[in-house]
Amino acid sequence: MSKAFLIDYEWCTGCHSCEVACQMVNDFPPGQFGVKLSILGPWPYEDDKWIFTNVPFFTEQCTCCAGLETATGQPYCVAHCQAKCLVFGELDELQKQMTAKPSQLLQGVGQR
Amino acid sequence: MPNEGYTMVTHEKPFRYLSGDLKVTRGASWSGPGCHDGCGVLLYTNAEDKLVRVEGDPENPYNQGRLCVRCLALTEAVNHPDRLRYPMKRDPKKRGTEAFERITWSEAYDFIEEKLRYYKDNFGAESVVFWRGTGRDIATYISRFAWSYGSPNLTSGINGIACYAPRVFGCASTSGSFWVGDYSQQFADRYENPQWKPPGTIAIWGNNPLISNSDGLYGHWIIDCMKRGSHLLVVDPKCTWLAAKSALWLQIRPGTDAALAMGLANYMIQEEIYDKEFVDLWCYGFDEFSERVSPYTLEKTSEITWIPPEKIVQAARMIAASDGFALQWGVAVDQTTEALPACQALSALIMITGNLDNPGGMIKPPELLNYLGGWGQEFLPQEQEEKRLGIDKYSFYRTGVVSAAALTVLEAIEKGEPYPMKAAWIQTTDIITGTGPDPQRAKEAFEKLEFIVGVDLFMTATMMALADVLLPAATYPERNGIRVGDGCQRGETINQAADPGECKADMEILLEMGRRFNPEAWPWETVEDMYSYILTDSGLSFAEMQEAAPVFLPYEYHKYKTGKLRRDGQVGFNTLTGRVELYSTMYSRLGLDPLPEFYEPTPSPYSTPELYEEYPLIIITGARDWMYFHSENRRQEHLRALRPEPVVEMHPDTAKKYGLTEGEWVWLEGHRGRAKRIVSLNLGLDPRVVSTSHGWSHPEAGPERLYDTRELNINSLIAWEDMSKIGVGANYKVMLCKIYKVTA
Ligand code: SF4
Ligand code: SF4
Ligand code: SF4
Repeated sequence: MSKAFLIDYEWCTGCHSCEVACQMVNDFPPGQFGVKLSILGPWPYEDDKWIFTNVPFFTEQCTCCAGLETATGQPYCVAHCQAKCLVFGELDELQKQMTAKPSQLLQGVGQR
Repeated sequence: MPNEGYTMVTHEKPFRYLSGDLKVTRGASWSGPGCHDGCGVLLYTNAEDKLVRVEGDPENPYNQGRLCVRCLALTEAVNHPDRLRYPMKRDPKKRGTEAFERITWSEAYDFIEEKLRYYKDNFGAESVVFWRGTGRDIATYISRFAWSYGSPNLTSGINGIACYAPRVFGCASTSGSFWVGDYSQQFADRYENPQWKPPGTIAIWGNNPLISNSDGLYGHWIIDCMKRGSHLLVVDPKCTWLAAKSALWLQIRPGTDAALAMGLANYMIQEEIYDKEFVDLWCYGFDEFSERVSPYTLEKTSEITWIPPEKIVQAARMIAASDGFALQWGVAVDQTTEALPACQALSALIMITGNLDNPGGMIKPPELLNYLGGWGQEFLPQEQEEKRLGIDKYSFYRTGVVSAAALTVLEAIEKGEPYPMKAAWIQTTDIITGTGPDPQRAKEAFEKLEFIVGVDLFMTATMMALADVLLPAATYPERNGIRVGDGCQRGETINQAADPGECKADMEILLEMGRRFNPEAWPWETVEDMYSYILTDSGLSFAEMQEAAPVFLPYEYHKYKTGKLRRDGQVGFNTLTGRVELYSTMYSRLGLDPLPEFYEPTPSPYSTPELYEEYPLIIITGARDWMYFHSENRRQEHLRALRPEPVVEMHPDTAKKYGLTEGEWVWLEGHRGRAKRIVSLNLGLDPRVVSTSHGWSHPEAGPERLYDTRELNINSLIAWEDMSKIGVGANYKVMLCKIYKVTA
């Protein structure tokens, strides 16, 4: 089955926990990432509105934490996400969740 | 079983269990390294008892499985090759050099005992100062050691006690308690608790809680509440992420928080949108208060704060209309020159809107131990208490503030008056790198002392420059402890998982030293016995608490209506008048202004126009980075990689004006001193204001260069004297500076 991450970027605070959780559990050196954050903003637009949006992107180094024993059974980044804005699962399942709240990002990561 | 009213969570496993080849130890985190929270963690250790992984504990209602980067990268601190590993001694003449010699623990204890006995017998115990930092779980025991040794001179090394204490003591004085925002943290079932509801509005005022996680608040609870419907009002000079997501952001001029609060109060009173019933029944001094805030019209408030009048109106209406208003106020309120009347102004907003002791408003944190008041003051003889440095100068220090005034201590060291200072015990603080002002002056003063004991995890600039005996402390995964501290307390244990080698828990060091001087104050065989004693009220011993934790204390709302806030059982609040005091009878008795007031910061564009001409930018310090807690964490390589160097954030127009570009090194210079930073552009700042973080060092620069702290410590711009006349508040967040390129 095809796996994916659903990212509710409305809430991503840019806390870097996903990045560091992944690096620590996978022994990646600084500079290598299974998931990497993009920080957009802050910049103002219209009247008093601000863009300040953070978006994590999953790289090819992500193994989906296959075989890792954790307390929750969740990937390490997902388990530690401070805004609880990451979900990992089956692509078609997450597509349904995305329909319920379309302003999210769905990143498929294939068969891992 | 714990005593009645306490609640527990159910655990699937015992607190120690196996997962594959690894041992897992469940417990709380706390310092050091750490912060002000104490999240639930699962510590994974291997067959050699080495810490190999940290995971958030999903069963712990506090953080619900989440962790910030600092605990995630904890192994890099605990297993770092630079850790201090054994006790060391150095000839005081060789301070600042690497001439340390290894000694045994018993040699260290005996030597320290001999020296401290000598100073006590010949100069009085007051000649020894106990200098600590944020303290966290260790603060409690340092206070007991200082007092049971006989010294009243215990200080957290920040002038004007300008961190947390002004808010706590200010609230306690006027309303009988400290109050924290209600994010359901007092309940084991958290957001599911039927009594709780999310605050209608949360005012994020003078802090960035997502990053700072201060005062027992897990910052991302704000996100949890937003998802459940809370709206944000953000008061911050910078467009933080929360400001960008808020319903209303007030971009305030640094240091003018009191004026804004008074303006908001005045508007609510003029428009009669405050909670009249609560004010009638439960507030004291409303008329005097109304008169005091009456000059703060929209125009005047706007002029002072740089916030447009229509936004002040919007904010006042938002607060007044809110079903549950939580004031999430932070250290910026403490770090203005006169913090006490500022805290009074801000807390008036929760009083006149009736947001005390109510769901989704402000709650009185349940406590097992009076954390900020220290532990064991009864062991300090009255004649010694009378010698506490600062109490003659600052009347407020006699009413609940238990520490000495840091500046007065420093002056005593420098001048030998009112009595000679001979020695220092420095624990949980890096004076030269961290939070106190003018590090150079502090260093030179301490150099005059004959004998200095240091306790730390790593060699720091302070230990290198000053320590004559240096004791290696265990990190939190290497020892037992309890997490009873700031905010709502829980029965929560820190459980040893990893092998500390020769390092010892800070508490164990204090217990051992303490009983040598005052066995009556330290009757316990082990630190665990001592923890059991502190946990008495819960009905659980330390060992039982290890299994059961976290255990939540009894809690109910609206206690002021049932007489449960006062010892005498009368309804009302725990003040002289039984009401929350907008006009403080306590301040009046102490000869202080009984009403809130705004003081123009000094220096500032308006109070010191000549200085402003030479130093044309307002600088706020202490902006938080995700990776760092004050001076900690710079050695953890995954954290350092995310923020390798300290930055100064400025609006692109500011950079353009001074010919600066993103990424280049600059000097920030004030009239007291200067510090180096890298330029980072940020549209979210007013072009007249720049912002930077603190606590910087370069571990790679080596001890003899004091890790480059001389050029990196931003507090070089701040003088010890830049503080409140009544001893409460100091200027950390309102200084002036100029900026120019670093040339080789
Ligand atoms: S799923 Fe695992 S490997 Fe993939 S980014 Fe998250 S932590 Fe890294
Ligand atoms: S952990 Fe979650 S909130 Fe933090 S940066 Fe990653 S996705 Fe965003
Ligand atoms: S907030 Fe971060 S550093 Fe503090 S206890 Fe929690 S995970 Fe650890």
